[in-house]
Amino acid sequence: MLTLMHFIILSVILFFIGIFGVLTRRNAIGILMSLELIFNAININMVAFSKFLTPQEIYGVIFTVFIITVAAAESVLGLAIILAIYRSGQKIFADEMNLMKW
Amino acid sequence: MAEILSKFPVLTVIYMMPLLAVITLLFIPDKNHKAIKITSLSFSSVSFLLSIILFLSYDFQKGGLQFVERYRWVPSIGINYFMGVNGINVTLVLLTGIIIVAGVLASWGVDYRPKEFFMLLLTLVTGVFGVFMAYNLFLFFLFYEIAVLPMYLLIGIWGTGNKEYSAMKLTLYLLVGSAFILAGILGLYFATGLNTFDFDVLEKFEYSKQFQIIFFPILFLGFGVLAALWPFHTWSPDGHASAPTAVSMLHAGVLMKLGAYGCLNIAVYLLPGGAKFWLPFVALLTVVNIVYGSLGAFAQKDLKYIVAYSSVSHMGIVLLGITAQNSTALSGSVFQMFSHGVMTGLFFGLVGMVYGRTHTRMINEMSGLAKKMPALAAFFIMTGLCSLGLPGLSGFVAEILTFIGSFKTFPVITIICVTGIVFTAYYVLRALQIIFYGKYDEKFDHLTDANKIEFITLFILMFFIVIFGMYPFYIMKVINSAVLPIAQKLLMP
Amino acid sequence: MEKILLSGFLLVVLPFLAFLIIVTFTKRFKMLSALISITAIFISFILSIIILVWQLKDPSSFLKYDIPWLYIGNLKMNIGIIINSLTAIMLLVVTTVSLLVQIYSISYMKGDEGFSKFFGFISLFSFSMLGIVISNNLLQLYIFWELVGLCSYLLIGFWYFKPEAADAGKKAFVVTRFGDFGFLIGILIISYLSGTFDILEIENFVKNGTLSDKMLLIVVILLFCGAIGKSGQFPLHVWLPDAMEGPTPVSALIHAATMVAAGVFMVARLFPIFSASPDAMLFIAYLGAFTALFSATIALTQDDIKRVLAYSTLSQLGYMMLALGSGGYVAGMFHLYTHAFFKALLFLCAGSVIHAIHSNNIWQMGGLHKKMPVTSITFFIAALAISGIYPLSGFFSKDEIFLSILYSGNKLLYYSAMFTAFLTAFYMFRLYFVTFSGKPKEEKNVHESPLVMTVPLIILALLSIFSGFIGIPDIKFSIHKFLFIEHLKEAHFDFKVALTSNIIALSGILLAYLIYGLKIINADNLKQKSGIIYNILKNKYYIDEFYMFLIKNIYYTSTEAIKWFDRHIVDGAVNLVAFLCRWTGGKLKLTITGRVQNYAMYIVLGVILIILAIYVYQPDVMNIVRR
Repeated sequence: MLTLMHFIILSVILFFIGIFGVLTRRNAIGILMSLELIFNAININMVAFSKFLTPQEIYGVIFTVFIITVAAAESVLGLAIILAIYRSGQKIFADEMNLMKW
Repeated sequence: MAEILSKFPVLTVIYMMPLLAVITLLFIPDKNHKAIKITSLSFSSVSFLLSIILFLSYDFQKGGLQFVERYRWVPSIGINYFMGVNGINVTLVLLTGIIIVAGVLASWGVDYRPKEFFMLLLTLVTGVFGVFMAYNLFLFFLFYEIAVLPMYLLIGIWGTGNKEYSAMKLTLYLLVGSAFILAGILGLYFATGLNTFDFDVLEKFEYSKQFQIIFFPILFLGFGVLAALWPFHTWSPDGHASAPTAVSMLHAGVLMKLGAYGCLNIAVYLLPGGAKFWLPFVALLTVVNIVYGSLGAFAQKDLKYIVAYSSVSHMGIVLLGITAQNSTALSGSVFQMFSHGVMTGLFFGLVGMVYGRTHTRMINEMSGLAKKMPALAAFFIMTGLCSLGLPGLSGFVAEILTFIGSFKTFPVITIICVTGIVFTAYYVLRALQIIFYGKYDEKFDHLTDANKIEFITLFILMFFIVIFGMYPFYIMKVINSAVLPIAQKLLMP
Repeated sequence: MEKILLSGFLLVVLPFLAFLIIVTFTKRFKMLSALISITAIFISFILSIIILVWQLKDPSSFLKYDIPWLYIGNLKMNIGIIINSLTAIMLLVVTTVSLLVQIYSISYMKGDEGFSKFFGFISLFSFSMLGIVISNNLLQLYIFWELVGLCSYLLIGFWYFKPEAADAGKKAFVVTRFGDFGFLIGILIISYLSGTFDILEIENFVKNGTLSDKMLLIVVILLFCGAIGKSGQFPLHVWLPDAMEGPTPVSALIHAATMVAAGVFMVARLFPIFSASPDAMLFIAYLGAFTALFSATIALTQDDIKRVLAYSTLSQLGYMMLALGSGGYVAGMFHLYTHAFFKALLFLCAGSVIHAIHSNNIWQMGGLHKKMPVTSITFFIAALAISGIYPLSGFFSKDEIFLSILYSGNKLLYYSAMFTAFLTAFYMFRLYFVTFSGKPKEEKNVHESPLVMTVPLIILALLSIFSGFIGIPDIKFSIHKFLFIEHLKEAHFDFKVALTSNIIALSGILLAYLIYGLKIINADNLKQKSGIIYNILKNKYYIDEFYMFLIKNIYYTSTEAIKWFDRHIVDGAVNLVAFLCRWTGGKLKLTITGRVQNYAMYIVLGVILIILAIYVYQPDVMNIVRR
């Protein structure tokens, strides 16, 4: 029988994989992809809580749709920025993009 | 006169005049230097004249707060528009009026961005006037900040020498001071729980002994920084030396008095219990101020540094008077604020004029200047004599009263402080001798004596030094009327 | 009564008005300035005679009037006048000498750039000096005390372009300030104890005896400090010889006749207070005797005519102090009065000589008697007077001093005073013989001074001769009756004392004549034989050098130390705070790497920290999740 706990554990695992990816990937595209993982972990959480705690309401599910939409928009923005940086400086690795320091 | 004034918001007009000048200046083109200067002068002259009228029409028989203007502003947190003057205030308002007119006249030669210069200068004066009139502590603090901040730009842009460093040092120092003051004011506000910043309400409240002992030093130090209390004085030599002439005049002449005024009329007046506990310790610091300042002045080579250290020494006398806690010393102290304000304004004005001619402030590079500029030399000598406490000039009255009063409280400390007058005589006369006496050097052939505007500037300032030195009766009555309640509060157990 | 008070008031104010008019209006019109100044002092002179005549009617009476100057609570400061016998006699001395000196200066200062300024300052000085004389309270006394100091400063440094003059002015002011420092503290203490500044009230307070002896001694010595500074008593005498850098009329008026005598006058004015403390009186007597002897010895060896006179002034002031200290109130004031005339005369004669020769060095003079007969004769009279030869004025006043010392019973003081009298006669006639007798040194075109200068000399010479006659006991206008105060021991004329002092003075003159007049004894031989002693005297006991050593090593060092301390310790602390802020900022900024992933890392770590913190401090929150 699947309980809420299973879903939470799954989302935690997914979340930390995402975090790990964000912190360790050098390639900016990879970071964006890891971000998607984090979003998805949240989404799983949302859906699971919605299903188990308030089965008769659908707010959680609706929120998930919102999050997916916003995440898509953010990815577009992120990709656009990365593309702009790549065009101007031929850089794709995040640790090389360190102009904004000191 | 007093009846007319009582129907007319004279205090608001006095402090609004410089502000109106600032607004008017906005509409004058940058390049029209003359119009800018004349506008500034005319508006500040109105303030000056009104402050004289205010001083003369203050009724010292009645005493207390007069010409009160009181309107509700933000009643929910007790912020009101509450202006008024007592004997100390009218004296200091008069001082501000004198110094600003003299300061504007002394800046007649400013040609670099004069519009901004005069706007900042007059903004600063608005703040100073406001501080000396505000009787709501929030309003007080507001004006206080207005008075402190323009200094940064004035020194940073129009200064000389190591100006960025000095401007930064001065501003940070004073801001630290105002942080303390803000803490103190909030402390008072919450301690009463009466939900008001109005001075007259706060003054009547009985603060617990412990509260007073904790909050008095906070307020006193906050103001003491501005009054150059040792060891928080080092902003003053650097700041004064780097500032342009008019700013030095205003700063040493009036802004340092803001500190002393706050010490007396806010800290001591509101928290007499704390004052009685802490002032004996402060008295020790003032000894250092007086003696150390006068010895320090001796070793300096730069004229402005000499004058700045002499200010430290003289402010020590002001603070000594405050620590002595009796009406004689307090009166002397307030009079010293006035006297030193005018005198040091004169000093910095003169230094500026000499510097404008010789392009050096190092005393060793000048000699025998009396030959070429006899009028400036005469004014310089008179100012120097006032500084060393020569009878007939206002410095003497202030010093002797302070010493007479403080002798009752701290005999030994007073005797040590009196040695300061010997040291003062030495460094003042030495500086005079080096600059004006001695062999005349050919390289000064092209120098000229004071021109008309400079002469008027000096004359206005000197007039007050002489008149109050010769006949201090009236001004002392005015001051004393305000000092008595403070002294009485200090007498109570 | 009112008229007398009014004239007393006018007499002081007139010179001040003259000063104001001169400095504001008539600077360009030289003769007009002189005229205004002289008219003012002349009216004052007439008024002082009126006051004296009034006072002579009833010497013990006095008039007093106060104008409120500054009232604060209980503290009452007045500007007031008192007219009594002491005031009357002193007013006369000051106005007379001032008038004569001003007339003399018309010629002496002719052609000087600062002619008007000179008369302005002299008027200011007359005002301040007269202000001291009529003061009825200590504060006012102090005010005018400082003002005469100022005038002295301005007039010594009158030729400000001479570095020595500028130096001397500063020295005079600062050294007397040391004395005034004590004076001020003395005033503060006594006014605090008695609650008033009024001299008469303080006298009553002291008489009541509520003060302990020790306290009184302290107060009196402190007050006396003012006199030490102003009257050039040891150890603050160093400024007076240097003050000779000023114009000679100034030396005559300020540094011989009037201002330096202000210390003596002050002691006389406060005599009831001073005499209440016998220990202090003894101190004053010893200090006076020491100063008299000490400066007389220095005067023996000086080459500058004005410096010799300056040391002689110090010596005579010592005499006055000695007299007052021995309880000789009348004697001290009497000597002040006679000394003012003959010392002013000596200086004016010296001025006349300097005017002719353009040098101060006595060895460049000589044989001037034939060329300047009036100057020579008047100088001779003054020298006789100062030596105390009968029947000149100096004899009477000196005799009075000897008597009062003898009366006080201190033999040591008596002998030292007698010895000083011998030295005085010797150095005065050394001066006279070197300057006026013998052969002329250079064939310069030397003339007698004009009439404007010689007439004051002659008047002063007459005064030097005759002014002493009021000291003859038991005549109608004797000074003893005039300056009478209660409980004063009176000394009576003693023929033996008079004879001794005359013999001693004559032997001093004879010795000087032998050495410098007839040149029987070789002066150079004496110089070599005395060796070290001569050098010490010549260098004024090295006291100036000692003070300079102290100032350089202690004062300058301490000011430099304070400057260093201020720059490096106090300001260093400030800069240290600034530096610490900067330093920590500099370290912390390294965390801003510009790498997005680092920032993300901080966020994650932060979140973890927050969660941990919640878990540790508020475990209950976790229950919500568990439920």
